[in-house]
Amino acid sequence: MPGRLAGSLNMPDSEPPILVVDRLTKSFAAGKQRIQALDDVSFAVAPGVITGLIGPDGAGKTTLMRLAAGLLVPDCGTVTALGLDATRNSLAVQAALGYMPQRFGLYEDLTAQENLDLYADLQGVPKESRKDRYAELMHMTGLQPFVDRLAGRMSGGMKQKLGLACTLVRPPRLLLLDEPTVGVDPVSRRELWAIVNRLVAESGMSLLLSTAYLDEAERCQDVILLHEGKVLDRGPPARMSARMDGRAWSVLAPTRSLRALQMTLTGTPGVVDALVQGEQVRIVTTASGFPEDLACRPEMAGNTITPVAPRFEDVFVDMLRSRTENPQHPRLRPTARIEGDHAPRDEAPVVIKVNELVRKFGDFRAVDGVSFDVRRGEIFGLLGANGAGKSTTFRMLCGLLPASSGHLEIAGHDLRHAAATARERIGYMSQKFSQYTNLSVGQNLDFFASAYGLAGKRHREQLEWAEEEFDLGRYRNQLAGDLPLGYKQRLAMACALMHGPDILFLDEPTSGVDPLARREFWQRINALALAGVTVLVTTHFMEEAEYCDRLVIMAAGRILNMGDPATIKAAARSPEHPQPSMEDAFIKLVENAP
Amino acid sequence: MLTPALTRIIALIVKEFLALLKDPKSRSVLIGPPFIQLIVFGYAATFELKDIPYAVYNEDRGAISRTLEAAFAGAPTFRRVATLSSEEEMAPLIDSRKVLLVIHIGQRFSDHLLSGGNSPVEAPMQVIIDGRNSNTAMVAMNYVRSIVDQFNRQWMRERGQAGMPAYLESRAWFNPNLESRWFFVPGIIGMLALITTILVTAMTVAREREQGTFDQLLVTPLRPAEILLGKTLPGFLIGMVQGTVILLIVTLWFKVPLLGSLPALYCGLALFLLSGVGVGLLISSLAVTQQQGLLGAFLFVVPAITLSGFATPIANMPPIVQAITRIDPLRYFMVILRKVFLEGAGFDVLAHQFWPMALIGTTALALASWLFRHRMY
Repeated sequence: MPGRLAGSLNMPDSEPPILVVDRLTKSFAAGKQRIQALDDVSFAVAPGVITGLIGPDGAGKTTLMRLAAGLLVPDCGTVTALGLDATRNSLAVQAALGYMPQRFGLYEDLTAQENLDLYADLQGVPKESRKDRYAELMHMTGLQPFVDRLAGRMSGGMKQKLGLACTLVRPPRLLLLDEPTVGVDPVSRRELWAIVNRLVAESGMSLLLSTAYLDEAERCQDVILLHEGKVLDRGPPARMSARMDGRAWSVLAPTRSLRALQMTLTGTPGVVDALVQGEQVRIVTTASGFPEDLACRPEMAGNTITPVAPRFEDVFVDMLRSRTENPQHPRLRPTARIEGDHAPRDEAPVVIKVNELVRKFGDFRAVDGVSFDVRRGEIFGLLGANGAGKSTTFRMLCGLLPASSGHLEIAGHDLRHAAATARERIGYMSQKFSQYTNLSVGQNLDFFASAYGLAGKRHREQLEWAEEEFDLGRYRNQLAGDLPLGYKQRLAMACALMHGPDILFLDEPTSGVDPLARREFWQRINALALAGVTVLVTTHFMEEAEYCDRLVIMAAGRILNMGDPATIKAAARSPEHPQPSMEDAFIKLVENAP
Repeated sequence: MLTPALTRIIALIVKEFLALLKDPKSRSVLIGPPFIQLIVFGYAATFELKDIPYAVYNEDRGAISRTLEAAFAGAPTFRRVATLSSEEEMAPLIDSRKVLLVIHIGQRFSDHLLSGGNSPVEAPMQVIIDGRNSNTAMVAMNYVRSIVDQFNRQWMRERGQAGMPAYLESRAWFNPNLESRWFFVPGIIGMLALITTILVTAMTVAREREQGTFDQLLVTPLRPAEILLGKTLPGFLIGMVQGTVILLIVTLWFKVPLLGSLPALYCGLALFLLSGVGVGLLISSLAVTQQQGLLGAFLFVVPAITLSGFATPIANMPPIVQAITRIDPLRYFMVILRKVFLEGAGFDVLAHQFWPMALIGTTALALASWLFRHRMY
């Protein structure tokens, strides 16, 4: 059976695949519904390479990983790992492969060394071979100076590296890594990838790595693109992106608002995707070659159009767009309250004023003297790794956490004295879905409208607006917890916008959603900003930072740099990096920080 | 036209009720346990012994000892499970709890009784009783004593002797038949109302914290006091409804007489629920997860019931424990319940029970509201 499958996949090597997934199906009960986590999935993983399992949250990545590790029983189909049936010989399979789940079971009250010892004991690594192995692992992960530190005191990136070291105390032939880079700062992410690459190159280990970051696909030798439990495509990433050759363009429009241009281009026939990227708009066309009629449109006059190299994300977006028959572009109607009478941005009034903000937890200064101003209608980003202080800053801005010292003003109200009045003017959307899961969509909308003090006619109007604008009407009586991922996000946004806030706070709003949902989301945000709503967003997506008008990069509670994306990137320009990306700029800033 | 604050509070209350009643788990918490406890305490928790298994070891064989045996056999609370023929058989029966007591009539019992003629006689008989549960043993012993007393009186009457020189003629006030149900069942109203309100309120904020909805709530214009009110009222109303339902069951099904003033009883219930909700919210504002909330609820509820005088009189507790019972709201409500039900008390008698509950309630609520504002991380 494995032989036949491998043949059909045109494996370049004659070596048999190390992991074979054959017609795998798995569903879970969720309330009254069944969720199809995996639907007839088949693929094979070649030995000695890194295979990426790429897909947004809810694609079925973790389910697949757990099935491969013999931790779940499939509804039907088989998984063969290292020549063994993972379901029937689960113990033998678990003994032979290494599996690092998304939240690896590090004991936070033990030191790095004690964690390593524990996993060595659990894996039955002989005492005499441990010393060499530890030295090797510590050298590889760069954790040598931190062996005596408690795991609970480590940063997200260090924890992941320690987790990886623990998984590797006894070197497995096949390593399964479930989203090892999620929530990890770009520097640690780069280091993790270096470790992983070395593992494969030096010890010939085979690796299956799942990730929701599409840019990581390009670092894998082979890629399986998973979406809603189905395999969309598989193969080497270069071959996949080759289909997009000649379809990606950069448009330089010196005389126009990029955001307005992007909004016009999105949804124009012939355009698959349009994104603001720094000082240009990056577009992907439906066919190779720039369409004639598009080039002739009035808004394109005077713009410079240059072809650029396609990215892996383009492949995914193109594939998703062609799958949805009726691509939905949100109707960009501003909320009833907001009128589009905004002055040029530099003259717009300051609506968020932060001065020397400090937050201490005991002796630890989580936020250490942060100051910035945000003007009306701006999209302002807080960029930083976990633990950089961006979430703490964010929570203080929303009034969820009192500041230790410093001055905070939201829409003209001092948060210390008029918190409730200031809160009437803000909308808030958190990373985690935080509407009431056991209430229906309609009840949630109703509650939040009333919580913001809407009553009578305006209450009714705003409910209607929310249901129409976010297409939530047909889900009115469904429990919020049972909504599909994308609709959950819509509901959260509807609840945050219903009272027509002046300022919108978004905490990691798009982490894990698929690229189309992310685009739809940003289109709404852009429309709101154009209508004069101020948007403050935290993100660890470097690419998302490009959509901001201005941003701050934070590390260790301080602001490292502030400015518009182009300026921040320009600061990182060097002879080796003439065109630095936001990620390059971030890494350079963090590395040069005192 | 409603003020915005009122709109917000009502919205929160409606939401709380929806969340509570739509979730089958929390719905069953409201209905299942109270009903089970009511049945358990109404029928099972009783000091009376209705079925005492016993054995007889009669070495005497005379007619008089047979009469005494018959007196036990005729008593409805006693059930004879064995007749012994040797002393060695006693221990295994008691050890294995097959019998609660053994009545041992010695060889010369009849002889002793008959030897004296008309002068007073002494004829000892032995009772061996399982003392592992001292309470049960004492109750059983009382029953045995009253049967022997009766036997004595009859013996004397038959022989034309004067009755016992002094004997007890007891009349129990408030509860003529000394039914322990009358004592227990009104107390259940307080116990169940406490369990429900504490559970409902202790979980409410913790659940929102755990699911991340509390942040979403805190960024709305709802002020801490409004959130507090919105969280207080549902627990309070549920406690009121549940208290009323149990009150109806107690009076109509268990037929416990309600002699006192109903308004006084409800006033007590309201103040008691206020203190229960206050403590529940205090627990809730301290707990980060639902598990902590649940644990906190039990850490409060179990001692609160033990120290309330529900089963054991407070007067019997050591002075320091008695002092601690003063911060237990159930203690005061227990007094109100029993006084209203059995003594027919009204407001005048109960004033000293009302104000401590009001004090506990307002203090707990004030603390909870302070914690809402200062525990935001």
